[in-house]
Amino acid sequence: MVRILSRLPEAWRQPLAIVGGVVAVAWLVVAVAAPLLAPHDPLAQDLPRLASPGPGHWFGTDQLGRDILSRVMYGARVSIPLTLLLVALSLLIGGVLGACAGYFGKWVGEGIMRLADLVFAFPTVILAMVVAAALGASLTNAVLAVLVVAWPSYARVTRGLVLGMREREFVLSGRLLGFSAWRSLRVDVLPNVTGPVLVLATLDIGTALLLLSGLSFLGLGAKPPSPEWGAMVAAGVDVFDSWWVATFPGLAILTVVLAFNFLGDTLRDALDPRTARAIKERAL
Amino acid sequence: MSGPVAPVLSVEDLTVSIGEHDILRGVGIDLRPGRVHGLAGESGSGKTMTGLATLGLLPHGARTTGRVLLDGRDLLDLSQRDLNKVRGREISMVFQDPATSLHPMLSIGRQLTEHMRHHLRIGKAESRARAIELLGQVRIPGPAAAFERYPHQFSGGMRQRIAIAIALACGPKVLIADEPTTALDVTVQAGVLRLIRGLCDDLGLAVLLVTHDLGVMSAVADEVSVMKDGLVVETGPRSHVLREPDHPYTRALLDALPRQGPAARPGEILDPPPAAGVDTLPREGS
Repeated sequence: MVRILSRLPEAWRQPLAIVGGVVAVAWLVVAVAAPLLAPHDPLAQDLPRLASPGPGHWFGTDQLGRDILSRVMYGARVSIPLTLLLVALSLLIGGVLGACAGYFGKWVGEGIMRLADLVFAFPTVILAMVVAAALGASLTNAVLAVLVVAWPSYARVTRGLVLGMREREFVLSGRLLGFSAWRSLRVDVLPNVTGPVLVLATLDIGTALLLLSGLSFLGLGAKPPSPEWGAMVAAGVDVFDSWWVATFPGLAILTVVLAFNFLGDTLRDALDPRTARAIKERAL
Repeated sequence: MSGPVAPVLSVEDLTVSIGEHDILRGVGIDLRPGRVHGLAGESGSGKTMTGLATLGLLPHGARTTGRVLLDGRDLLDLSQRDLNKVRGREISMVFQDPATSLHPMLSIGRQLTEHMRHHLRIGKAESRARAIELLGQVRIPGPAAAFERYPHQFSGGMRQRIAIAIALACGPKVLIADEPTTALDVTVQAGVLRLIRGLCDDLGLAVLLVTHDLGVMSAVADEVSVMKDGLVVETGPRSHVLREPDHPYTRALLDALPRQGPAARPGEILDPPPAAGVDTLPREGS
């Protein structure tokens, strides 16, 4: 273990990076292996209702007699893949639009960026709620709603990076060798701007999960009996005396968000030569 | 000197303006095969813009008038698609700083072969063989190994040679070299200049050498044009322009050169010349 760690770059050997990595990987394992790991069926209502955490059911049971540990484990299968898909789609849509806005400029760029400004002008949660409510309460619509509010930040960052990269000599040089604008954007510009955008995406995983769970919490996302963490926290609010009903899914959200934020910070440090050097000097 | 050869590229009355501001105000230059045409002038005089405008690469909102004739075709009239066929294939450009003009994430081999395959429609093996030959031609040691390497693994002078090899890969008729030696130290400069002069002589290339360095100009150029505020104020054979300049601005430029001794007079930098011919240049690495 120590040997593996010593081979990693300095930024990835920091305590927060290790904690983030371990927690994120653990949650991914739970998500993949939930049917094998969960002690009970997450939907079966055959346990005592609102039983406090104990040896038979470590996280207790909810008001319908379902095992909360099993539901939290199965919840990882709902929330984590959807969040990752959501961030990937936002990155793709925002990245492509931002890159086009930055590279081609003129009215294409202006149009795209004014649309992004329009989205930015609304408070994120409220806009997501409006979109989710308009589309109808379902997990798919909640994902679409978050997508609508999440892409502009990628568009803005990518546009800024592309604007800077477009004027670089090797990009001009590529154009002067006779390559088309699309090829120049794809081969010369985009690979050189992906680092910072990926950092943003990693940091955004936590935000997207919070927003998605928030919509489910408000009843605009996952529907019962689906074991979704936000919806589970909402169910716990009704039975406040039974603290375990809301606390464990809440902790699940907290740990995933923290883990991905730590990973995002680490990735940023690793990709930024200045911080990477500072970390190295501190370590020495 | 034999009679003038027909120009391969003629820039006639080229004007470029952005908004109300005129960047070029009627530039005229003729480039002939096997000749180096030097374009001198201070920063902001429009030298680089002349090179870029020739190839149709201008900032957004720039308006161009005049003619850029390549073998009778006016490049300013060409569609983007047709212009892409001319760029890299018939006219190539080399930039000032080899540290930034090569793609940092692509291997030298890919950068050398991609446009060759695109323009010449040749296969992978053939383009690779030609690329290795080109690397040898620009005197990169171990061309086959260099083919696999990345730009950061080379020194500045070698990178500029590689940039020249990339520019020459498709056998263009015209090479525009935009301050190709400014970012290099003096001994490396000499090697790159000798290479450009040699390629010009051997391949019959027409070279537009953009530089603010009159020493460089005197070393390799056959004809010299002097630019000021977007206009060519004087043009002619090197010996005439640099020894007996007609225009006061050219005289001022020559006067601005550092003197070697207290007795030096304007224009004396050329006599005895610091580099009256390429042969007098020190060898790279010496």
